[in-house]
Amino acid sequence: MAQKVEVTWYQNRQKRAVIKRVFSYIFLTIGAAIMALPFLWMVSTSLKSPGAIFTIPPEFIPREWRWDNYVRVFTDADLLLGFKNTLMIIIPTTIVGLFTSSLAAFAFAKMRFPGRDMLFFALIATMMLPGIVTLVPQFIIFRDLGWLDTFKPLMIPGMFGAAMAVFFLRQFFMTIPSDLIDAAKIDGLSYFGIFLKIMAPLAKPAIVTQGILGLLAGYNDFMGPLIYLNSPENFTLQLVLASFRGYYTSEWTLIMAGSVLALIPTLLAFFFAQKQLIEGITMTGLKG
Amino acid sequence: MKPEISTETKVQSPKKPLRKRFNIKEEYLWGYLFVLPPILGFMLFAFLPMLFSIYVSFTAFDLYNPAVFNGLDNYKRLLFEDDLFRKTIINTFYAALGIPLSIVLSLIIAMALNQKIKGLSFFRTAFFLPTVCSIVALTLLWRWIFNSDFGLLNIMLGSIGIDGPAWLSSETWAMPAMIIQGVWSGLGMGMILYLAALQSVNPALYEAADIDGANGWNKFRYITIPSISPTTFFLLITSTITALQDFQRFMIMTEGGPNYATTTVVYYLFLNAFRYMEMGYASAMAWVLGLIILVITIINFKLSKRWVHY
Repeated sequence: MAQKVEVTWYQNRQKRAVIKRVFSYIFLTIGAAIMALPFLWMVSTSLKSPGAIFTIPPEFIPREWRWDNYVRVFTDADLLLGFKNTLMIIIPTTIVGLFTSSLAAFAFAKMRFPGRDMLFFALIATMMLPGIVTLVPQFIIFRDLGWLDTFKPLMIPGMFGAAMAVFFLRQFFMTIPSDLIDAAKIDGLSYFGIFLKIMAPLAKPAIVTQGILGLLAGYNDFMGPLIYLNSPENFTLQLVLASFRGYYTSEWTLIMAGSVLALIPTLLAFFFAQKQLIEGITMTGLKG
Repeated sequence: MKPEISTETKVQSPKKPLRKRFNIKEEYLWGYLFVLPPILGFMLFAFLPMLFSIYVSFTAFDLYNPAVFNGLDNYKRLLFEDDLFRKTIINTFYAALGIPLSIVLSLIIAMALNQKIKGLSFFRTAFFLPTVCSIVALTLLWRWIFNSDFGLLNIMLGSIGIDGPAWLSSETWAMPAMIIQGVWSGLGMGMILYLAALQSVNPALYEAADIDGANGWNKFRYITIPSISPTTFFLLITSTITALQDFQRFMIMTEGGPNYATTTVVYYLFLNAFRYMEMGYASAMAWVLGLIILVITIINFKLSKRWVHY
């Protein structure tokens, strides 16, 4: 009798697990469809003729495939220049910023010097302060330095290292045993050598994660370029995309073609970095 | 052999404290050198601008002529005379209603994705898509989805017999539309963080609960929720700060309209600073908003002691 009860309990549990799984699939499929639908719509629109986007009911498969929309994005506007400008800003900034941030993160996590924790707290406090508070004075500083309409305001501050990156990387360095450092010291390695040869290789997942987040943020930054850049030849990708709207108000197909092209690099970055990204987050302090 | 060793220790022992002090000083020096760049960046690009913006907030300043001190005028105007500022505060908090919705939804998605199911990375990518994409592309797209005549949303609503509103050009519906867009684009980040948190919940807790005969809801309520509470807290803090400073998507999608229905505080601040060239007034606005965010963050931290379990 007792055994029979146990068996039905087990069977019920199995049954419930199956039902739960079916519901999960339905939920996830509907959810993923809602998330992805706008993108499919975007791709479809980017291939339509200007008139075809107004047809009701809308057609997902264009009746007339207009591949030349993708050509016109380059001939009618300077998408390529925008892309080039963006890369020229974000690649050096991210590399130098990663270096300074991780070096500081190492010092905050593993080295001893008076006032260390106070300095760290001051740095972290900048994350809580709304960026907009310092926007106006920053603008004035950059104006007085003669940096307006150059890439400098978008590059130089980032190269000093970012508070968020220092925080994120410090959490990771904290988990690396100090014994390794002591052993390296006995072997006569300098502090910089310890960082370069021991800490940085061990922290690779976290550094890569931070690098990708930094590149994404720079690539998608709209506000910074909008405030500091004026001349069209300095426009970043995001500014070129935004300017389509002003100059080509009726040309939705071009806007969408430009947007699809702008997505490709970030999507590729996510595909290749997906595992690294999620593992990076799991390994650091954010998991709670 | 033996005497040699003892000599060595004898020779070393008086030197040791000296060498130790030298090493520590060397460590200090390198430590300071390593943290110098971010600290310098903090001084130059955060702390000095902060001090300056406090000063500017007590002046009339158009960026090109010298600032003229006018005491508390900016703050008086802001708090007692500017009805639009009050409206933008209300709008900002209205828009922030998306935060709890977004947190709950991303938890549900993360829980569904935390099972051993096929196509995990496909689903993960689909939900993370909006996070990877540029704000400009997304907002342009959504502007169009919300179009009243040929937008995707109203056509879909029409197919089930609902006559959709003129989303972005309706004073009533513009903000709900922006909330929908905000929740949609924020789900990916929440999902990823919750997924990481769920994977680190101690399985022994669930096994123990199974033995005690706990049902699914009880396990969720008494194990899952407390275990992931640090992540919930992190999301709450960061998304509150982001939401209260949100304005880029409003700028592109609605330009603050119709009739200022979607003008957030920061968008209004941006207009004052860079369109009307009222830097002093904009700085005062920044500090009022900054103080509001600070108070909310402090309250959040205080309340967190009751529900966040580390």
